[in-house]
Amino acid sequence: MELHWLPILQDWRQRLRTLPEDPEEAWRAAIGLAQVRLDFVATNALDEAVRRLEPNGPTAVRLAVLGSCTTTHLLPAIRVGAMRRGIQVEVFEPDYGGWLQALSDPRSDLHRFAPTAILFCLDAHDLTAGVRADMDDAAATAELAGVVARIQAGWRLARAAFRCPILHQAALPVHPPLLGCNEHRLAGSRAHFITRLNAMLRDLADAEGVDILAADVRAARDGISRWHDPGLWHRAKQEIALPAAPLFGDLVGRWLAAIGGRSFKCLVLDLDNTLWGGVIGDDGMEGIAIGQGSALGEAHAAFQAYARDLARRGVILAVCSKNDLANALEPFENHPDMVLRRDDIACFVANWTDKPANLRAIAEALNIGLDALVFADDNPFERELVRRELPMVAVPELGDDPALYATIIAEAGYFDTIAVTAEDRERTGLYRANQAREASREATTDLDAYLRGLEMRLVWRRFDAVGVPRIAQLINKSNQFNLTTRRYAEQDVRAVMAENRAFGLQLRLLDRFGDNGVIAIVIGRLAGAGDLEIDTWLMSCRVLGRQVEQATLTVIAEQARALGAGRLVGLYVPSAKNGMVRDHYARLGFQVGAAGAGGGHRATMDIPSQVPAPDFVTIITG
Amino acid sequence: MPSETEIYSGLTEIFHDLFLRDTITLKSTSSAADIDGWDSFKQIEIVLAAESRWGIRFSTRELDGLGCVGDLVRVIAAKAG
Repeated sequence: MELHWLPILQDWRQRLRTLPEDPEEAWRAAIGLAQVRLDFVATNALDEAVRRLEPNGPTAVRLAVLGSCTTTHLLPAIRVGAMRRGIQVEVFEPDYGGWLQALSDPRSDLHRFAPTAILFCLDAHDLTAGVRADMDDAAATAELAGVVARIQAGWRLARAAFRCPILHQAALPVHPPLLGCNEHRLAGSRAHFITRLNAMLRDLADAEGVDILAADVRAARDGISRWHDPGLWHRAKQEIALPAAPLFGDLVGRWLAAIGGRSFKCLVLDLDNTLWGGVIGDDGMEGIAIGQGSALGEAHAAFQAYARDLARRGVILAVCSKNDLANALEPFENHPDMVLRRDDIACFVANWTDKPANLRAIAEALNIGLDALVFADDNPFERELVRRELPMVAVPELGDDPALYATIIAEAGYFDTIAVTAEDRERTGLYRANQAREASREATTDLDAYLRGLEMRLVWRRFDAVGVPRIAQLINKSNQFNLTTRRYAEQDVRAVMAENRAFGLQLRLLDRFGDNGVIAIVIGRLAGAGDLEIDTWLMSCRVLGRQVEQATLTVIAEQARALGAGRLVGLYVPSAKNGMVRDHYARLGFQVGAAGAGGGHRATMDIPSQVPAPDFVTIITG
Repeated sequence: MPSETEIYSGLTEIFHDLFLRDTITLKSTSSAADIDGWDSFKQIEIVLAAESRWGIRFSTRELDGLGCVGDLVRVIAAKAG
């Protein structure tokens, strides 16, 4: 029921109370506060705060809510649902139960309000007022025809008076059954009457150019008791319970975005642990989980199938991955169990640049706005970085279970659209034909500020008995960020522990999002004449671009000095997969020697007497 | 089971958010007459917010018996356990 695809913001209440005074800044800040997981209390508080500030939003919609029961409690959530999409809405409701009169009377307040959009909310009790349990088929069908005609007349009155888009909320299935599972055999069943009515209204809505708000479908997914509370109905004639209001308001907001041409257009997908399980650069084609063979692989394949179906109905797909391009492309081209193929992806970006910069490049290459992108990534670090740098990009809280990814993206409603055209069905092909991606461009991402706020702690310790299995596993599976790709078994790791002229380091990274586990392994060994040779240095690609490399170098230098070394010697041994670390030592300030056989090199660096501490990472001895 | 102090501090946060006024202080005798804007609509919001905070549900009979904040605290204390 909650808006589970939106992130939780810890200091939300504080931020609400310190909205900027400048109306435009306040509105921008309020949009940010709306893009957070809000319950009805927070939703109403945000609405109240914004109304007190009277900010000037960029878009103004005048929405009339025509209801047969209480709808006042839904209005704040409607305004916030629109605000979440940057749309400022003024909402009007006629006197309780007086919608037909207000529509018919040209001097009514409704006509003075002159709505630019209309929402009908007709409650199931009112719609079934003429239904009796002992009715026969003919009487029930006649009653249904009468109710449908009444609604149609309402739509036509509204259309004639205001010539604006109309949204009609499907009736909620609030009635308890009389017959049970075969309720449809009872002509006079109110529950069945609502089912029939909703089906007829959908057909009629297509003919009349009216859009449907599928509250009935949502209630079927969420459970009617989440949407409707009989106690609240008796007390306040609220058919839609207040706790459901934030979702209801979001559904209205999606529609306002869709009719305003502001729906999201492109789903940007991460690869490792998003489209498949595992890391292609390390695990290889045989090692990633995709397709039959494991529940994890099937879950990823199902998510790919959902993305493919979105593409077939007009959503553009793009890939944004931290990977070598060749590695990233290989499953799309050669893995038999991949559902998505290279042709399904309109813009394919795999490199080691930060993701905000790559998202800018994708939007530019596809010639769409950043505010048309939805970014799906399992990694909370990347999600938070993108939210911070590009607040206009939608970033769902995917979590770490791929079985839920499709549902999360579907329930967020980013791509809610009111119609499908023939062009939609070919869109990915059109975009792919249009664009030729240039090399990665200058990034303007303010990474430093983000990294500073991450509270990164690098906890290092020497190899120890309990760590041996994990250390050996990392040594034997890491391919990409691996300077020498030397493989060692568990007994080799234990041998390093026993050497007194060498050290083995296991480094764990913790940050605001939690524990990333062991992310780096280093083996260093004295090699005569005061040199400390770095035999092995490997890291998880997940933590790249976070200055963890520099922090690791600090630890290495201190350990080397403790062994009496005055100089570090780094080795680069090229492999088919470690091209990304070719310049690793150069980037860290080493003097790189001439290339040897096979393209490898040695690099050296004098160890300063005082090893400088890294800027954003606290080093902790574990 | 939440203590009376915890219930009061939880309710105070709810009132501050629902009325968007951080100056409200709750006493057991506080009622709709004492707090500006506390109408029947707000009453429903207060009850629903309390229900969701403490994972309870007020029955129709209990709702009819609510007169002041003290009544609210008693029902919450009895149900949240």
